[in-house]
Amino acid sequence: MIVIDTANHISALAAKMARARVIAAYPITPQTTVVEKLAEYVESGELDAEFIRVESEHSAMTACIAAEAMGVRTFTATASHGLLLMHEMLHWAGLARLPIVMVNVNRAIGPGWNIWSDANDSMAQRDTGWLHFYCSSNQEVYDSIIMAYKIAESQEVMLPAMICYDGFILSHTSMPVEVPEQSKIDEFLPEFKPAWKIDVENPITHGNIVEPHYYARIRYDMQVAMERAKKIIEEVGEEWGKKFGRDYGLVQEYKCEDADYVILTMASMAAEAKVAVDELRNKGEKVGLVNLRTHRPMPFERLKYDKIIVIERAVSFGLGGIVYNELKGRVPELYGFIAGIGGMDVSYRDIERMYELAKEGKDGWYPIEVK
Amino acid sequence: MVSDRGEIMAIKDLPEEEYVLKGHAACPGCPATIALRITLKALGKKTILVIPACCSAVIQSLYPKTSFGVPTLNIAFEASAAAASGVASALKILGEKDITPVVWAGDGGSYDIGIQALSGALERGTDFIYICYNNQMYSNTGIQRSGATPYGAWTTTTWTGKKERQKELAEIVMAHHIPYVATATIAYPEDLYNKMKKAKEMKGPRYIEILTPCPPGWRFDMSKTVEIARLAVETGSWVLYEAINGKVEFTGQSKRILEGKERKPIEDWLKMQGRFRHLKQEDIEKIKRELDEKWEYYRKVMK
Repeated sequence: MIVIDTANHISALAAKMARARVIAAYPITPQTTVVEKLAEYVESGELDAEFIRVESEHSAMTACIAAEAMGVRTFTATASHGLLLMHEMLHWAGLARLPIVMVNVNRAIGPGWNIWSDANDSMAQRDTGWLHFYCSSNQEVYDSIIMAYKIAESQEVMLPAMICYDGFILSHTSMPVEVPEQSKIDEFLPEFKPAWKIDVENPITHGNIVEPHYYARIRYDMQVAMERAKKIIEEVGEEWGKKFGRDYGLVQEYKCEDADYVILTMASMAAEAKVAVDELRNKGEKVGLVNLRTHRPMPFERLKYDKIIVIERAVSFGLGGIVYNELKGRVPELYGFIAGIGGMDVSYRDIERMYELAKEGKDGWYPIEVK
Repeated sequence: MVSDRGEIMAIKDLPEEEYVLKGHAACPGCPATIALRITLKALGKKTILVIPACCSAVIQSLYPKTSFGVPTLNIAFEASAAAASGVASALKILGEKDITPVVWAGDGGSYDIGIQALSGALERGTDFIYICYNNQMYSNTGIQRSGATPYGAWTTTTWTGKKERQKELAEIVMAHHIPYVATATIAYPEDLYNKMKKAKEMKGPRYIEILTPCPPGWRFDMSKTVEIARLAVETGSWVLYEAINGKVEFTGQSKRILEGKERKPIEDWLKMQGRFRHLKQEDIEKIKRELDEKWEYYRKVMK
């Protein structure tokens, strides 16, 4: 079935079809219509779930942690300041190894108040032990949410997953989305079988004081699980492709086989970059595109190109581009652009321009430092 | 003797089951352990404890062991009531009707950093029992002032004595119109047990606050814990009541005081505690005045 709707409504639909049983959420622009729709699903009886109308995002994540620890599939959604308020509990969810799935609608951080797209909110959470996925279309939003449950709940992974997409650019833009039948989704994503849970018949204590040698081991296990997740993400993406005709993996490559330069970007800028690649190809430029779908785990092994131009909508102050710096030293010729901050429009023409600048050996903040 | 409703008349009637097990890490004379032991005897096996950062996070002992005989979910300092909402919703989805989610939090985690989550959980009608064991300070971090610390008390962040009055969290909780609010202390275990039992039989948000005098924090000998708790009630510094659907009934010694029995002099209680050693006569007069006002309020407004 083709549904034409916004990424936010598509998120709510995906959470419903994934059969999330406890949803705890707090409204924030531009995520609001996700939770409005879910509240409607629950109140109308379309979705058999408990909806907890919490008083903050910190409590939203906490309630999800507790419900997930009870062995129940959960969902939440947030953006920007809401995600930042959750920060402590994001770490908690990661360390507790609870496969919570959350949508983050990327939005700039204040002051001054800015509701437009910017990935600094989720980028600032990259060390919390969550799987981070970025989407470039509403279809990808739907597919990624369902797949995220399967990846996160895999006993080889058991880590929470964050699905990110740009505020307004996707969140409030209607696009056609192919939605499979519920029975096909149920087949793909069976009921949640937790590895452990809070149970009165088996009274364990979860999260009490832990000595350094145990603690270090638990942390190490998270890193190992992140590495294992790479394989699971590829496998689940392939299975999705076989069932529903759209292949996924850690990255999506476009015209990279013979490319001299590869543009690497994320989220909706990847959709724009695809147009830029076609335009440049028409002019005879041998350029390709890597859409970095997965930022954690970081798929270095899929990024073995000689010349990469990174375009990213986030910055680490005092360091520079985040993805750019993560790749530094691993790519022989690397260029980094910071663009689209605070929702500044980045069109395919801007991306073409950044490509030209890189060829001239220039990079930096676009269009502030270089244009 | 145990009544039809499971209420007891004396300590000897407490059930034999123990859920606070040997080997826990509490200080000698710890009141929180006494309170939890009685609480869990009343609530029984079908209890899920949610514990934020507080002394009880340490008392339960180190991973991979535990000294608590009921499932326990530790959670961040400010988050326990929200976690209870998550547990309660999960129980509903799982169709579990006779398991009680119980928050066991200190006064720091309840009066201060956790008050937002607590208020939220009460307002949205979470089906749980929230228990605040109140030792009137941040004891786990080493005796710092909290919103529950009384006027004049020395702490490591009020070296010359706290300059402000404590707030009354149970009264703030009552403003949420929840089915059950009660106060208790460890000196009256039957009263504490019976209030827990009563709370367990009810639905919706229930709040019980237990005064737990802390020997190292209040600066008294570890053999005096129960005595100090009893004197807190007899001097009127702590008050015992319960409110069912907003109707307040004073209980035990507090009821007797309200009916005219004279309060013991507050000095008797203050002088037993090193934290009040520095108080001047004018401080004591101020404490007395405010105590009188408090009891006037109980008589005229709350009763």
